[in-house]
Amino acid sequence: MSKAIVEHAFRPTTRSLDEVTVGEALPELVVPLTRTLIVSTALASRDYQDVHHDAELAVQRGSKDIFMNILSTNGLVGRYVTDWAGPGAVLTDVNIRLGAPNYPDDTMTLTGSVTSKDEGADADGKGAVEVTLRGANGLGDHVTGTVRLLLPAGGAR
Amino acid sequence: MSGALSLDDKLRAFVGQASGPPTKGRHPVNEPMITHWVEAMGDHNPVYVDAEAAEAAGFKGIIAPPTMLQAWIMRGLRASLVSDAARDAGAATADAPSDQVMALLEEAGFTSVVATNCDQHYERPLVLGDLLEVSSVIDSISGEKQTGLGIGHFITNRLEYRDQRGELVATMRFRILKFKPGTGTAAPAAVAATEDPAPRPLRPRPAITQDNSFFFEGARQHKLLIQRCSNCGTLRHPPRPSCAVCRSFAWDTLEASGKGTIFSFVVNHYPQVPAFDYPLVVALVELQEGTRLVANVSGIIRETAAIGMAVEAGFEDFDDELSLPVFHPADETRTD
Repeated sequence: MSKAIVEHAFRPTTRSLDEVTVGEALPELVVPLTRTLIVSTALASRDYQDVHHDAELAVQRGSKDIFMNILSTNGLVGRYVTDWAGPGAVLTDVNIRLGAPNYPDDTMTLTGSVTSKDEGADADGKGAVEVTLRGANGLGDHVTGTVRLLLPAGGAR
Repeated sequence: MSGALSLDDKLRAFVGQASGPPTKGRHPVNEPMITHWVEAMGDHNPVYVDAEAAEAAGFKGIIAPPTMLQAWIMRGLRASLVSDAARDAGAATADAPSDQVMALLEEAGFTSVVATNCDQHYERPLVLGDLLEVSSVIDSISGEKQTGLGIGHFITNRLEYRDQRGELVATMRFRILKFKPGTGTAAPAAVAATEDPAPRPLRPRPAITQDNSFFFEGARQHKLLIQRCSNCGTLRHPPRPSCAVCRSFAWDTLEASGKGTIFSFVVNHYPQVPAFDYPLVVALVELQEGTRLVANVSGIIRETAAIGMAVEAGFEDFDDELSLPVFHPADETRTD
């Protein structure tokens, strides 16, 4: 597997509430699960448990290999949504349910769609949008969940 | 150790207790840690690294990636190595309630652990300099469940993250499954740990009398009825046989507008009864018509519930027999 950095079109301007339609799909994000990704994200979250960086010890503990930690799953899920929503999006809730582990040499494909949105804006000129998503790897669903975020009512910044 | 208590009884005693002492972050929210994180994640959002871009996007300055929340509290490599070494040497761990729960389960053969759910709610974006402290409560411990991974118990912790001013900045519910390896129903690792889909217990039944049956009948038809004296017109609740003003036994009913305000309320966290959702907001609602009734309030959590808050009645059909008024904040539009 290549060590290619995961690149994904980041939206440079903030999506407005008017631009969002319930039911619309977010662009898919394919994440190559390299050892570098699993180890570097575990360490960036200050998680030094050996099952996230030492394959030999991970096997001794009953796992087939090292696997991604939850904080990193959260990080990729958050990134998936803000890549689509743009810099002014304010995340308010990230709810995830975990399934099959993310082992190295696999890929995780994140897909999602908008499942609800506020019709009007609050006093700050923002409204809430809910995205329901899943990240599937070769074993099944690694993660399913919802993310709620606030977007400005109209006119992208 | 007493043989009289079952494992479930022993576990239940820990629900509602602090998991352990509060933990303070080692460092305030800072650019180097954020940079490591966004580079590892491949996240190109400029608001995490560029103050000008963050301000242009509507923030006061650089913000931390919201999902980085837990990283600010992690204890670091040295403490991890020390506790791993102690664990591998078989040393008894600290006696914090969460450690005791783990020890009880391990003794009973539930030796493996897997995280199953993580729900984070952010009150505001974290900015450079924020120093977090987290406190954690054991929110619930399930009975024994058969899952894809094995027979086990789900343990849910509720964590509150506060800043250097003591203000709540985020909450998190974190659920793990502590299970017996090799007792699963599914191919290992291929299927998510799924909770036993046991039917939820029904809500407790109200005690129906000749006096109050109209109220519950009305609720089933999604009508909020108030008892009215048909002699002098005085409204009364809760229902009773005679009018406190004119002593008349004659009465009829008035359909309430459903509009009211919270006169008083409590937020119930523990003990938890399986038929209800928690935190459970129980309010004394003063109706526009003047009478007061006790009901649940949905759509608000304890941070926003307030005396005087305008609420409006909706109805919830809990099962085929029981429907009850449930109030929600008046500015929320609801479809029910």
